[in-house]
Amino acid sequence: MKNTNEMEIRFDSKSVNEGFARVAVASFMTQLNPTVEEVADVKTAVSEAVTNSIIHGYENEIHKVSIRCRIEDNVFTVEVCDKGRGIENIEEAMRPMFTTKPEQDRSGMGFAFMEAFMDTVEVESEPGKGTKVKMKKTVGKGREIWTTQSL
Amino acid sequence: MKYQVQEKCLTIYLPREVDHHNAEEMKREADAVIDRNHIKYVIFDFEKTDFMDSSGIGVIMGRYKTICLIGGEIWAVHANARIRKILTLSGAAKIMQIYDEEDKV
Repeated sequence: MKNTNEMEIRFDSKSVNEGFARVAVASFMTQLNPTVEEVADVKTAVSEAVTNSIIHGYENEIHKVSIRCRIEDNVFTVEVCDKGRGIENIEEAMRPMFTTKPEQDRSGMGFAFMEAFMDTVEVESEPGKGTKVKMKKTVGKGREIWTTQSL
Repeated sequence: MKYQVQEKCLTIYLPREVDHHNAEEMKREADAVIDRNHIKYVIFDFEKTDFMDSSGIGVIMGRYKTICLIGGEIWAVHANARIRKILTLSGAAKIMQIYDEEDKV
């Protein structure tokens, strides 16, 4: 029997909610007993995905962003969804330093950060329909060495 | 934005969290101060900062573009391990001087 838990939040695509989103996800995650580093990794990744939805998905118009989190044993999954303009070329969008908004001083590091801080990052997107970023991270990797005796 | 200007040097005291939400205002204010005071050196002080995402990198990179045109430099001080990781990972560490806690300038 797997230990599972889920939560969902939905909020306006206002930049003030970026802080709320990452703190909400981080506090849901605490039941996995993560390290400070693991929490910081997830917070950064969530912040990047939510910022993308706000600036690129909705281009600063106010609509809804939703986040779904799932815990399955020690695997933490977080999905950030918007119903915005979508991404035409996902591969290009995920390339480090690529940005469609260089004039706004966007660094183009959003997806690179998500990939660096999470174990897997999957992007589903359709132009005009929206984008879903699904990220996974195994929490407490390597910690079992200390708590169990393996053969 | 909290900042201090000494001659041609601007120190920006970054907030606790640097994200897209507060990056916009920081960019605007910093650019105005840089322009007005003929700033050549920008110091980002991370003393209070425990969170930064790629929007913060955008702030640094954007200011670097302006400052390097006039032969200036950008520095980071009081950056904790997390912030340093973000700076390194993004490549920002290559264009700026990062000072550790111990070796005060």
